[in-house]
Amino acid sequence: MNLFVGRNGKKNGQAAPSSPPPIIDMRGLRKVYDTGAIQVEALRGIELVVQPREFVAIVGPSGSGKSTLLNIVGCLDVPSEGSYRLDGEEVAELDLDELADIRNRKVGFVFQSFNLLPQITAYENVEMPLLFKGAGARERRERVGWLFEQVGLADRMRHKPTELSGGQMQRVAIARALACEPALILADEPTGNLDTSSGQDIMSLFEQLAEKGHTLVLITHDAALARRTRRIVRLQDGLIVEDGPVSRAA
Amino acid sequence: MAIRNYLRQFLRDVRAQKLRLFLTVFGIVWGTAAVTLLLAFGEGLQKRVVRAQKGLGDAIVIAWPMRTTKPWEGLPRGRNLRMTEADVAALRSEVEEIDRISEEYARNRGRVGWGRKALSADIAGANTEFGEMRSLVPQEGGRWFNEQDLAERRRVVFLGDQLKRDLLGEGAEAVGESVRLDGTPFLVIGVLQTKDQDSSYSGRDKDKVFIPSTTFKAIYGPEEIDNFIFQVLDPLKVADAKRKVTETAARLHRFDPTDEEAIQMWDTTEGMKFLTTFFIAFRTFLGVVGALTLVVGGIGVSNIMNVAVEERTKEIGIKMALGARRRYVIGQFLFETLTITLAGGLLGFLTSWAICAVFPQLGLEDYVGTPVISAQVAGITTLVLGGIGLVAGYFPARTAASLRPVEALKM
Repeated sequence: MNLFVGRNGKKNGQAAPSSPPPIIDMRGLRKVYDTGAIQVEALRGIELVVQPREFVAIVGPSGSGKSTLLNIVGCLDVPSEGSYRLDGEEVAELDLDELADIRNRKVGFVFQSFNLLPQITAYENVEMPLLFKGAGARERRERVGWLFEQVGLADRMRHKPTELSGGQMQRVAIARALACEPALILADEPTGNLDTSSGQDIMSLFEQLAEKGHTLVLITHDAALARRTRRIVRLQDGLIVEDGPVSRAA
Repeated sequence: MAIRNYLRQFLRDVRAQKLRLFLTVFGIVWGTAAVTLLLAFGEGLQKRVVRAQKGLGDAIVIAWPMRTTKPWEGLPRGRNLRMTEADVAALRSEVEEIDRISEEYARNRGRVGWGRKALSADIAGANTEFGEMRSLVPQEGGRWFNEQDLAERRRVVFLGDQLKRDLLGEGAEAVGESVRLDGTPFLVIGVLQTKDQDSSYSGRDKDKVFIPSTTFKAIYGPEEIDNFIFQVLDPLKVADAKRKVTETAARLHRFDPTDEEAIQMWDTTEGMKFLTTFFIAFRTFLGVVGALTLVVGGIGVSNIMNVAVEERTKEIGIKMALGARRRYVIGQFLFETLTITLAGGLLGFLTSWAICAVFPQLGLEDYVGTPVISAQVAGITTLVLGGIGLVAGYFPARTAASLRPVEALKM
């Protein structure tokens, strides 16, 4: 099994030297949680390479290490062992502030529970990453306006999140994820809190983004959702057990 | 940029938690008012006490010739020391530390009369320098003795203010009136301006009358002076001056120059020194009491902000995920803490200021003085307040910054 993963990872990783670096390049990645008495090995040697413009689903049952992998991919956490290059930058050794900067510039998060700040308007939510980036007032205004047009919510900018539907909230969250033109959009069960039709809308939006050349990684346990991406990485017990393109046979 | 963001967030919290914020700010208002008022009252009281202390005289030494207590060159001890104006003149020329000096004659229970009225009062004879040394400032229109009064032994008199009231009445003009001292008419040239006087050696000045020492000698005829007072303007030279006064007198009157009992001296600068030390301690104590009250307020702020950090863990997590650095998160909580502290401090300061402004109307000034919010009081209060704001902000900010984004997001 290990052999399979390794071979697979290496095959994808050794691209032509002249091409742009992979967005995700993980080598021998381990994550151990030390809870005093017991040590839990959540990830036991991940080899994963995602090239620019890929649309990948990471699937697996709960407890497979999905969330841990998500946190590390999103630079919310660091691996215990191994190397992780995000868009060519090694992040395993970075401190908290450097990780914050990487998240700001390179990762756009879309969460299952949206994670919008409820007290401020949709506009201010989308503006926030640009504030952290240090963008000027004019740049922020133009960028946020443009983003709301992209997600089709230009008329809802001044609403508070609580005044929006679930689907609309997730669109705001996607606009926020795109704010700083990230190298990677990382979505964690983005349709998990939505009804079917809103979920379909959001998936369509992701598909459009993928068409436009964004790199997307989707974490889900929903097989149907995963099949709408182009590549499925299956995780089990902290290891990648399957990694291949989605067959468009159906 | 960040400040505007912080402010927006803060105003949002203000709206959401009005009562909590009010109580927190109130703690700081209370503490600030306590520090400021205690320091202000301390300063007011010190000023009053020092002023009253100076009522007797500003840094003077009062000296009484007594008896020798040591044998000297075959002379036994226990001899009375008799000093005269000539001795005072000798001290003036020989002890260079002395800036002013005056002999003083005293007559107890002299008769002071005006018209049909007569009172019993102490009469003192002194020279031109006596007035300034003993804080005997004349009311408007009056004056103290001058050299001519002394040289011509003029029959002029300077009245204590209480005595003047008792003798001539409240509203009457005294200067230019003629009063009788033991039957001899004297021209009133000045009345004492009302002053605080905490201590005395021969009755309060307000009840006394003063005449030129030459006149006193001419009328009452004493050879010996009762005492003399001198002033040394440089406080560091007072001890030297006292020693030289004894030595000079010892040479002129043949007694042991180390006999410190022969001339008894009351050094008011020592009282002032004690007062200064006492008030430093007293005001430090008041300041510490006030500061502790403020610390309690600060703990309240810290506590509230810690709760705020917990309530906002999720929010902090989201912000961290979006790329907020620790500095931003720390800044947010420091900003809020300092804003609360500053607002409370300002309100507390205004409260104290208002109380100090109203206080003189309560009529308690004679007992506790007038509270003064001086630059020093304001400075100390600001310093204590700033320190407390920073310490109060430190803990919540540290808590917030130590959050890991992964855990914070799980909330």
